[in-house]
Amino acid sequence: MAGEIQRRPRKRNVKHGLTVLLFMSPWILGFLLLILYPMLSSLYFSFTKYSLLEQPVWIGLENYTFMFTKDPFFWLAFRNTVWIIAVGVPLRIVFGIFTAWLLTLPRSGGRTYRTLYFLPSMAPPVAAALAFVLIFNPEYGPVNQILRGIGFNDPPLWFYGPNSSKWGLVLLGLWGIGDAMIIFLAGLLDVPRQLYEAAEIEGANGRQKFRFVTLPMLSPVIFFSTVIGVIYGFQLFTQAYAASLAASGSTVTDAAANLGDPQGSMLFYAIYLYQQGFQDFRMGYASAMAWVLFVITMICTVTIIKGSRRWVHYQGGGFR
Amino acid sequence: MKRWLIAMATFALVAAACTASGGGDTPSAVDTASGASHAPVTLEMWGAWTGRELKQFNTIFDGFTEKYPWITVNSTGGVNDQKILAAISAGDPPDTVLSFTLDSVGQFCATGAWQDLNPYIEQSGFDVSQFPPSVEVYTSYAGSRCAFPFLTDLQGLYYNTDMFEAAGIDGPPQTLSELQEDAKKLTVFNSDGSIKVAGFVPWFGYYEFSTPNLGNLFGAKWYSEDGSTSAVDTDAQWKAMFQWQHDFIADVYGDGDFQTGADKLERFAAGAGDEFSSANDFEVGRTAMNFDGEWRTAFIADEVPDLPYATAPYPVPDDQADTYGRGPVGGTIIGIPKGSPHPDEAWLLLSYMATDTDTLVFMANNVRNVPTTIASLSDPGLDVTPQFKTFLDMFENPASTAYKEPSAIGASDQNILASFATKWQVGKEADLDAGLASAAQQINDQLAQAAI
Repeated sequence: MAGEIQRRPRKRNVKHGLTVLLFMSPWILGFLLLILYPMLSSLYFSFTKYSLLEQPVWIGLENYTFMFTKDPFFWLAFRNTVWIIAVGVPLRIVFGIFTAWLLTLPRSGGRTYRTLYFLPSMAPPVAAALAFVLIFNPEYGPVNQILRGIGFNDPPLWFYGPNSSKWGLVLLGLWGIGDAMIIFLAGLLDVPRQLYEAAEIEGANGRQKFRFVTLPMLSPVIFFSTVIGVIYGFQLFTQAYAASLAASGSTVTDAAANLGDPQGSMLFYAIYLYQQGFQDFRMGYASAMAWVLFVITMICTVTIIKGSRRWVHYQGGGFR
Repeated sequence: MKRWLIAMATFALVAAACTASGGGDTPSAVDTASGASHAPVTLEMWGAWTGRELKQFNTIFDGFTEKYPWITVNSTGGVNDQKILAAISAGDPPDTVLSFTLDSVGQFCATGAWQDLNPYIEQSGFDVSQFPPSVEVYTSYAGSRCAFPFLTDLQGLYYNTDMFEAAGIDGPPQTLSELQEDAKKLTVFNSDGSIKVAGFVPWFGYYEFSTPNLGNLFGAKWYSEDGSTSAVDTDAQWKAMFQWQHDFIADVYGDGDFQTGADKLERFAAGAGDEFSSANDFEVGRTAMNFDGEWRTAFIADEVPDLPYATAPYPVPDDQADTYGRGPVGGTIIGIPKGSPHPDEAWLLLSYMATDTDTLVFMANNVRNVPTTIASLSDPGLDVTPQFKTFLDMFENPASTAYKEPSAIGASDQNILASFATKWQVGKEADLDAGLASAAQQINDQLAQAAI
């Protein structure tokens, strides 16, 4: 067979190559024009002072130096983003697995429950964020009214307090767990029954079956959710932006609105990047921020992938 | 080869000619004589108005077309600064633009994104003294007057007259100590000590209570005379302002203890209704006094017409009592973007919009903003309620100033100071001097980076 390929006429090879190229051309064009070109442009802009209003002026590493040494908002946004990833991603995974497990229990009506649990994830992010701000309003929101009713005299300020605003976003994320839940549900249903039966024969109790059968079999899904969660966490924008604006008392966008109200607690990396680029017109600085974000995201992703070799189990393939 | 060269040269010439005809920055007088021959021109106007206000705004161009029959205007609403900026950057801007955001004026003027109107003003002999002097500050920067005012806003004191009467208060406070005294009388606490009705809420982030507005009230300067450095740590009025807020909170809400008052106010402010809705705290009687813009009179007329209220100028610091009657000014602006296809005709539209009394009065009556020429302020067609008149008087007051000086760093200075202010008011920043020094340093860092 290999010999036949080697003997393939050169002309035929070229034609085959061109056919492949033709079929791939939409993606290649899209990649070159919509991804590679903007990325390289932004890399260049990151070394310039560029306001979009004037020609970019080369300033070397000044944007990066300013970012790391003189911009307190950069570090505030970075800390907030790391917090939401460190707290939100594990909670989403735990809650996603728990919800998926619940959905494996009903003997009838499973599809209805799945639909009901999945529905929140289909809500538009802005609408969901605004609804949450309303529901969690510290004065007249139903959540705090219930909390007061059961004896909590001083319930959290939620989106209106710097210590509780990010928890509000975490709860919003857990409410829309549907997308992660579906993946975990597929993973749970994919665990071979005979593994549980073998574990039972060995005398494993429920907790041990979960620890030594379910978790290893789910590990590829957990790994996938972790990587996606971290990447999305670094890009968190819509819900936080809408909730911050709503909590600041107005849905009117204003360049002078306090950054990440309340008290900067909802200033996330992507929000600050947007604010710098499109409200303060510092596109060069925003480009530098985007590249720092890219590098950080890459480092985190590669670290998780490298670390996954020790804990991710692939069926039939052992630990890779 | 020669043919190629000729073709290339021809193409270059045509391209250059096309570029030159679209958006040259040097004004050329348009012959506006009625007998002159003119090719029809359609001006594209992008603005921020939406909904009902956009419909009203779109009607003002009929008068312009009547005056200049060869020019029609195509108005597009709902356009924010980001879209305008993108269009300018892409080289495909409209002829004229309108913005609600003043924080970008410094950048628009300094970068030329909005064209300097001074050449047009000089060439046409336009009389800028038609505008009260306060508008010049917020429409100019670094020697470039790149915007004209088109209606403006002022902030003043709204107070509930029934609550005043019940508390035995005769009239609005004129000084900050009177404000504090009245607020104490008007505040009502719940049995658990939380605030039921606030006399006045001096809380950054609470509606229009912001560092620029309060800074203006104290007469505090954002920058040194030459604009090169921040003055938030050197102008003593900033420190006085923050100290006043601290003392007010402790006295009115904390029974002498700042932290108690701050905790109560933080929770109260968190429960505020949306500013631009009928849930606004002043409209529902949750506050007895509030700082707000003249537009609130329209909201109240529409949403709670029976609300017993009156308006007054901001109370001023006790040592500035003789300046009572002034207020912060700043509102809608219009300009000609860089690359405007018809800049000369755009100038005609701009000068018409900024000065035509009928237009200004019509818009002022409908969107309830303050008209921006001295002539329009006294026009008999202006629908003046007692509450609205307060703001007209404030605008004419020579001591009224722009709410803030423009800067080359947009809203960054406000964000930096607001970041400190929101920590200060909850007690997280105890050292006022150090906090202001740090804010000033951050602003200076931003200025230095912008100046590279």
